Amino acid sequence: MSAAVRPAPTAEPIGTHAISVFVNNKPGVLVRVALVFARRGFNIESLVVSPGVEDRFSRMTITCSGRKDELAQVVKQVAKLVDVVHAIDHTTDLTYAVEIALIKLECALEERTPVLQIAEHYKARVVDFGKDSLILQAHGSSEKLDALIELLRPFSLVELVRSGKLLMARGERVT
Amino acid sequence: MEHKTPTGGEKLIQCLEREGVEYIFGLSGGAAMPIFDALVDSKIKLILVRHEQGATHMADGYARSTGKPGVVLVTSGPGATNTVTGLLTALMDSAPIIVICGQTISPMLGKDAFQEADVTGITYPVVKHSYMVKDARDIPRIVREAFYVATTGRPGPVLIDVPKDIGQGPCNAPFTDKLDLPGYTVPTRGDPAAIGDAARLLSESRKPLLYVGHGAVIADAGKAITTLAEKLRAPVVNTLLGKGAVDERHPLHLGMLGMHGTAYANKAVADCDLIMAIGARWDDRITGKLSEFCTGAVKIHVDIDPAEFDKIVRPDVSILGDARLVIEDLIPLIEMAQTEAWLAQCERWRRQYPLKYPKKGGLRAQHVLDRLNAITQGDAIVTTDVGQHQMWAAQFCLASTNRHWISSGGAGTMGFGWPAAIGAAFANPRKKVWAVVGDGGFQMTQCELATAQIHKVRAKCLIINNNYLGMIRQWQELFYENRLSGADLVGNPDFVKLAEAYGVKAYRIKRSADVDRILRKAHAYDEGPCVVVAEVVKEDNVYPFIPAGAAVRDMIIDPPTHKLAKPTGST
Repeated sequence: MSAAVRPAPTAEPIGTHAISVFVNNKPGVLVRVALVFARRGFNIESLVVSPGVEDRFSRMTITCSGRKDELAQVVKQVAKLVDVVHAIDHTTDLTYAVEIALIKLECALEERTPVLQIAEHYKARVVDFGKDSLILQAHGSSEKLDALIELLRPFSLVELVRSGKLLMARGERVT
Repeated sequence: MEHKTPTGGEKLIQCLEREGVEYIFGLSGGAAMPIFDALVDSKIKLILVRHEQGATHMADGYARSTGKPGVVLVTSGPGATNTVTGLLTALMDSAPIIVICGQTISPMLGKDAFQEADVTGITYPVVKHSYMVKDARDIPRIVREAFYVATTGRPGPVLIDVPKDIGQGPCNAPFTDKLDLPGYTVPTRGDPAAIGDAARLLSESRKPLLYVGHGAVIADAGKAITTLAEKLRAPVVNTLLGKGAVDERHPLHLGMLGMHGTAYANKAVADCDLIMAIGARWDDRITGKLSEFCTGAVKIHVDIDPAEFDKIVRPDVSILGDARLVIEDLIPLIEMAQTEAWLAQCERWRRQYPLKYPKKGGLRAQHVLDRLNAITQGDAIVTTDVGQHQMWAAQFCLASTNRHWISSGGAGTMGFGWPAAIGAAFANPRKKVWAVVGDGGFQMTQCELATAQIHKVRAKCLIINNNYLGMIRQWQELFYENRLSGADLVGNPDFVKLAEAYGVKAYRIKRSADVDRILRKAHAYDEGPCVVVAEVVKEDNVYPFIPAGAAVRDMIIDPPTHKLAKPTGST
């Protein structure tokens, strides 16, 4: 009819999204946010909660996969919660994102050379050097950590702790 | 004079008084005793219900008929869990109610104390917001925030959980009007650019349709929408809950759309070139098969809740704001559209497909409701329960005034109608209030006959008794080869005797010839509640009917002569 008519949506592929949620630092807020994701059948893949500049606020960084249009709806429903100050899907924004991983390997002394070579290549630090095991600390993009972990899998990888994605919008943009 | 520090319970009640609360619908219990104790010295009237679900629906009926929040007070554990259905009902239909629950003492929280339940946890998905009071000093702020959140923006239920030690202990905190809600904003006026786009599209349209929902009732946007419709020369349809925003007797009004809407409303939906939702959310009862819903039409969506845009339908223009303010801003921009041919078409549909029912073969619910409409002349508050009677009431009882039609739409809560009427009658003592209920739903909250009788509330309850869960029977007849399963309410009581056992005046209608006489008697009855039992034909179906998941144009207008496929839609 006229120019104001919206074009039909293009089919959205499923992708990983990084959503930051700025909330009141109160008991129960995490449950309220998580319930919105759960109700729509989304699985939260990683979650970081930390205090804001003012300690009456907290920031949640959530990664979740799904179709962009469906997640946009979830983000709106999260933003609607009274305790949520704002919620933003940063997937297409300019952001700095980083993640830390601690990786424990069961590894006898004489088998460590290839592990240490991989670690060095990925700038991972050895933070615990035991008799039968070692712990590596690595940081960087989530994709880099994924690659490192895949390389280490053959070497008796026994424990893995990842921080989840930490993210901040660049420049003047709000996270 | 000795100055006594109030208890938390007393402070809470003082805060409610300050909010202008007249009635509390409640049922007492151990953990709530400090709050009930404070009510002894309060000017707030406690309405003791017989079941907590009834209290929530009374508060809901009070709220929907006035716009003021209804308040519920219950005890911990089962008292609180019995409010969950009422919370869901209020959330789905955006009704402002405040539910205050007693809770075990703070040191026992989470330790399986007697009558303890994690009520905030249980109710997260069914509240707009909730509070657990951890410090008595927060009581004034929490109450102020609860009322503000419940009544502003898109209204909804708010729950306040009060541990008994907080209610019993001292509370020195002063009253406050300060809100601490950094994450809560209330949209008001719409974006002028979006309103401009809407105005242009409306003026260009040849077949516009205004689709009016509960948001228009809540925002009191009816007058503005009527002006818009008259200026545009555009027909109006409303949802089940949008009834009353625009006078359904207005010549441009085509009645209710959707699953059991009028055929002419649905014909207009299927054929319009522009549909403008005003405080309506494209519910599945409205759209039917979404991929075939208004495919060629421009869609404009006015809503106060941004999460409604793109949820079901992608509008071409979305306007975030209060429905009344948005429409008022829109009106000056509108030029009269060329809609004469469209209006003539709608009138042809209206004549061709009127609502109808058989005039012979026993007493018909439609006949009773048609006559109720004639007798009340649109001036009564009508509440309904859920089922066939609800749809017939929606079709035949035309609402002419805002907040005069109250029904459980989103949640479809059986047991809603009768207590909602009691709540509305408390709020509107000079109004005639009729509950239209079925025999199934009525039995879920019939105990509130006692509540109504004790207070001589002049609510009238019309029970459309077909001794079936009629809508279930209708679906099983049409889609499940009439294999009835859980539909037959054999064992129903004699509802006249039941009402009389509570001391409630009761009438029975058995024959079509008696309808007017008895309805008039009941309508004039003035000494307290009364019950009218209409013993209607057992097997009757609601038409028109768009089976769940079917397209609007596949509407069944007359009883089908062929076997129907099982519906693919939700329920």
